[in-house]
Amino acid sequence: MIRVEDLVKRYKKAETNAVDGISFQVKPGEFFVLLGPNGAGKTTTISILTTTLSPTSGGATIDGSDIVRDASAVRRKVGIIFQRPSLDQNLTAEENVRFHAVLYGIFPYAPTYGLMARGYRAKVEELARLLGIARDIHKPIKTFSGGMRRKLEIMRSLLHDPKVLFLDEPTAGLDVPTRRTLWEHLSEVRRTSGTTVFLTTHYLEEAEEADRICIIDKGKVVSFGTPDDIKRDLVEEYVLVDATDRSALRDELARLGHATSGGAPFKVQLDGHTVHSILRSIETPLTVVKTHTPSLEDAYLEIVSRTSE
Amino acid sequence: MSEASAILALAHRDFIKLLRDRQRMVADFAFPLIFIGILGTSLQAGFGGNSNINLLDYVFTGVLAQTVWQSSALGLISLLADREQDFSQEIFVSPISRYSIILGKILGESLVALPQALGIIVFGFILQIHIGPDQLARMALALLVIALFGGAFGVIVLANLSSQRAANQIFPFVLLPQFFLAGIFNPIQNLPLPLDILSHIAPMRYAVDLLRDAYYGSSSRIVLSDATTNLAIIGGLFVVFMVVGTFLFVRAERNR
Repeated sequence: MIRVEDLVKRYKKAETNAVDGISFQVKPGEFFVLLGPNGAGKTTTISILTTTLSPTSGGATIDGSDIVRDASAVRRKVGIIFQRPSLDQNLTAEENVRFHAVLYGIFPYAPTYGLMARGYRAKVEELARLLGIARDIHKPIKTFSGGMRRKLEIMRSLLHDPKVLFLDEPTAGLDVPTRRTLWEHLSEVRRTSGTTVFLTTHYLEEAEEADRICIIDKGKVVSFGTPDDIKRDLVEEYVLVDATDRSALRDELARLGHATSGGAPFKVQLDGHTVHSILRSIETPLTVVKTHTPSLEDAYLEIVSRTSE
Repeated sequence: MSEASAILALAHRDFIKLLRDRQRMVADFAFPLIFIGILGTSLQAGFGGNSNINLLDYVFTGVLAQTVWQSSALGLISLLADREQDFSQEIFVSPISRYSIILGKILGESLVALPQALGIIVFGFILQIHIGPDQLARMALALLVIALFGGAFGVIVLANLSSQRAANQIFPFVLLPQFFLAGIFNPIQNLPLPLDILSHIAPMRYAVDLLRDAYYGSSSRIVLSDATTNLAIIGGLFVVFMVVGTFLFVRAERNR
């Protein structure tokens, strides 16, 4: 669905590349997360993929359409929720929706709600009911809460049935309960529409449900795969053991084929074994047993701090 | 068809915004009323007797054209305001042509400028400036052309500006000299050569002259060129401003 090849973006007057040769692919219907700390190049990538920014070199296609040569076709195929809300504060919720519907050529323009096509009004009523704002749909956006605005934006972006829905840190600036309901809303949308979802975030917990994750930092891909792959790839799981008779333990570990590194306590890599099976195989009496199984969060922090050194 | 719909939707949005912004409506009326009411009236009282033209009428027609043209040009700054309020993303990521976006903006800001013209004309009636029904009809058409022309001028000026603040600093420089080069208050029939050249370059000149033609009739010696010439120049400049402006604006948006 999305194919990105060696994409590079250097902003004018910048000394380094904001996006520095990234490549990845997203399959149809996938929930794809681009994860990275602030300034990693997430928004830049999304802006290029949605054609609002030109790449410096490299390229990408969305559903077979080239983002540079065939920008207009790409725009028709994508929906986007920007990092900062892009609703017009002076208009009502319905007027914002109408504006979108007309810009995407879904319904012809009419100056008032009553004059818009019947199909449009049915759609708006349904939308208002789903959001629970039947009463407020004709009120100015100014009167809406942050979470409600976000949901309205998601609904709006789905009006033209995009093949890919881009969400650029959609939960930034929202409180925890709002973030949760927004998240449920998004899962619901994914279930019912089957749209490919491309999300950027710097919150790891938002990535755990993804089909695949691409971690970028300083404009480069540092890890790519399913959450489990990434975990396996990044998280170093081991058990630390020690004994009174260290040389016996060292010999035994070597005999068992466990790679140990450094001195005592000895670090035994799990390499797919369970802690239990490793411990059972050791006969030297142990004095210390410590397991190390970091969470994905720990692993993520580790990568990010590693590259920033 | 959907492009035309999109242009109308864009224009409608700007117009709605005007209706919901009372403060701006009041401010928009204040300046022309000061120019005509105070400057026009006092010029006529002071010099009117010595000249064979009515200076109140002269200033009235000049300010009317200038206000509409300038209002539409300045209105285009809202394109930058949209960018600062993150709304332009929603517009620029949509599949419609970039020319439609700019055209919709120009049309919208023209619609915003025209109610001002109505206010000024009412004020003219109060000052007992004589405007016949046929003059009024010709002026209305001319003002529509002037508003669209002003909008296109706005696009070319702000095409390379990055912020509203920059626009607010640049616009006075490109507008104020034209007040005098276009002859809003002062006759420009006998300008020294350098100024005459500048006057011919100033786009506002053709807007003002087109309206004076509609008011005085082409046989009047106040009118500099006939309507056909003015319309041809305005049409040509409109296309150039619009095409080049859109190209530059879009390029500046995407090549950051």
